[in-house]
Amino acid sequence: MVTENPAKVLSHAAYDSKVEGNIIFTRLDSAINWMRKNSLWPMPMGLACCAIELMATGAARFDISRFGAEVMRFSPRQADVMIVSGTVTYKMALAVRRIWEQMPEPKWCIAMGACASSGGMYRSYAVLQGIDQLLPVDVYISGCPPRPEALLEGLMKLQRIIDGETPIKDQIEGIREATL
Amino acid sequence: MSASGRKADGSSSDSSKLRKQFGRTKIREMHEFRGEYTVVAKLAALAEVLAYCRNVLDYKMLLDVSSIDNMGDDPRFEVVYELATTDDRKHLRIKASVAEEEEIPTAVHLWKTANWHEREVYDMMGLKFKGHPNLKRILMWEGYPYHPLRKEFPLAGKPSEMPDVAFSDIAPLEGGPFVTSPGADRVRGEPRAKGES
Repeated sequence: MVTENPAKVLSHAAYDSKVEGNIIFTRLDSAINWMRKNSLWPMPMGLACCAIELMATGAARFDISRFGAEVMRFSPRQADVMIVSGTVTYKMALAVRRIWEQMPEPKWCIAMGACASSGGMYRSYAVLQGIDQLLPVDVYISGCPPRPEALLEGLMKLQRIIDGETPIKDQIEGIREATL
Repeated sequence: MSASGRKADGSSSDSSKLRKQFGRTKIREMHEFRGEYTVVAKLAALAEVLAYCRNVLDYKMLLDVSSIDNMGDDPRFEVVYELATTDDRKHLRIKASVAEEEEIPTAVHLWKTANWHEREVYDMMGLKFKGHPNLKRILMWEGYPYHPLRKEFPLAGKPSEMPDVAFSDIAPLEGGPFVTSPGADRVRGEPRAKGES
């Protein structure tokens, strides 16, 4: 052991042919973001005709599972992203809000179509003028209703947003602020 | 052609039967327009007229209950019942004028479907039905302070607040609402924004 070449010892630590190829060096934030963005479980908040396009997006031709978001969860407690697809009436609004609050963190929201984004053509006493008045929206999708491609584009945009997040850093800062 | 002719004949003789049964004091008006028959009853006689239609004239189906706001007229409102037989042989429309604060006798014991229709009329127009088993709002939430189909209610809505139940706000109507101009020619009569936001 003593006579062994020190360079050879070091190279052993840096390179092991048995595990090489199975190890990835990355930041924890990036790894978490990668896992989150490629396995989004949507809560399909289908309220009107946009929901039909949402269903088309989930079906074979457009196939939302290519982006890892095929696991539609009808229980908010198992969902990551709420896709508000349709007209939110005032009567429905607080139910949407309640379902949003039942979703565990981290969670995101896509406002799909004109109605969910701004009330759309329903400038009326009965319709909430945009779901962003009640909950934080990450991605707005235009269209009445949007094509499935538009929803997929919105989903990819959300994936880019998630990729830019810093969950571990935020958590550490949160702990530091709480202890101060 | 023959089918529609039969339908018209049946409803026509039914309106005369109603007139014969109830007389001019209870049946105020009867008219026909393009094969549709309308009978205008007095509100006080509405319950017995509807019961007669259901039980004697065989109108076993109530298609719709709706209401009209003739603001400025007295009595202000009208309630409209659309009746039909189950084989679609004949149709009949029964109307009655309703003054403000006047109550309409319910038709729930005649047709079960009247339950939700009458609730809708109550919710949207604020007309009350006497004897209704469950007269509460059906489209708007319980506690909403207005009746949105009344003429004085603006299309954009009014703000309201009911903590933990619902709220409402005034909708922006930039350039709208889009309304037709009655009486004008085709081009000028088209739906256009009048800029009343």
